[in-house]
Amino acid sequence: MLKVSLYRYNPESDDAPHMEDFSVDTGGKDLMVLDVLELIKADYDGSVTYRRSCREGVCGSDGLNINGKNGLACITPLSETVKGGKLVIRPLPGLPVIRDLVVDMSLFYAQYEKVQPYLQNPSPAPAIERLQSPEERAQLDGLYECILCACCSTSCPSFWWNPDRFIGPAGLLQAYRFLADSRDTATEGRLAKLDDPFSVFRCHGIQNCVNVCPKGLNPTKAIGHIRTMLLNRAT
Amino acid sequence: MVTSVTSFSRTGLSDWLIQRVTSVILLAYFLLIAYQLMGSVDYTSWTRLFEQTWMKVFTLMAALSLAAHSWIGLWSVFTDYLTERMLGPKGNVIRLVSQLGASLALVGYVIWVVVIIWS
Ligand code: SF4
Repeated sequence: MLKVSLYRYNPESDDAPHMEDFSVDTGGKDLMVLDVLELIKADYDGSVTYRRSCREGVCGSDGLNINGKNGLACITPLSETVKGGKLVIRPLPGLPVIRDLVVDMSLFYAQYEKVQPYLQNPSPAPAIERLQSPEERAQLDGLYECILCACCSTSCPSFWWNPDRFIGPAGLLQAYRFLADSRDTATEGRLAKLDDPFSVFRCHGIQNCVNVCPKGLNPTKAIGHIRTMLLNRAT
Repeated sequence: MVTSVTSFSRTGLSDWLIQRVTSVILLAYFLLIAYQLMGSVDYTSWTRLFEQTWMKVFTLMAALSLAAHSWIGLWSVFTDYLTERMLGPKGNVIRLVSQLGASLALVGYVIWVVVIIWS
């Protein structure tokens, strides 16, 4: 039996959030954390609420705080996270909880929106595509793979304290994704918007983002590249 | 762009750069002091050291670096923890009072250093 402790909060009936314990029979299998949640919802308490969609680490819906570390429930096997037979699941830290494990991601998306995450190039689009050399294309590796699960930004203390002003690791990774794109011509405008004491420079290199990213990406490195671009632009 | 009137240089990049440069100056200064302390120090050697103009200038530079460096660091800490988000409606007042206190202390220290080394 696996002891599972779930964060529960229903704003309509609860005054405050609380933890609820379940003993779940995993049948001795090394399930994914999401499977355990599905078991609880099916067999123990149908009101347990969480987000999920693809169940294979692609959609980024089920970012949760699992035994103290942010990750995607669908691709986190119990063997990787459970120590001493206990699984503690909480919502992603730092964002307002809507219900149980579901958080309000508005602040996260607002920061994403700020970096204008789309290609900007006023020249008329060619008939087929804007060409890149293999080297130019390689610049985007480690950046484009982000699935916006928010595991990184919600593990970052700087984002916890200033989620309205610090863009956060996920947004900055995407900012650099377009700064590094040879087809994008808005570099100057993009950099000008980042050169304040909060947007980029609240990153103190804590690297929680790198530690939790389920896609193995490195936002801290991307932030370092943005800093270098800002420095080159100013000197 | 997020503006911040109370930040040291008002742009993130200059604050960041100033913090790096001042830390190098401080490191050099403290290494020098440590090196002096490793040899035998007595009143005469210490006064002789601080009588030299380069040492006075270096000390002043270190004091100014310390003030700038601390202000940038403290400003970050204040704007992380002493905010309305963290402390409720009183957050802004508490932050401004703390910033005022910290800046007075830093200016005081610099003046104190100037008085000591140039008097
Ligand atoms: S960088 Fe990684 S952790 Fe952050 S949002 Fe993208 S995929 Fe998720």
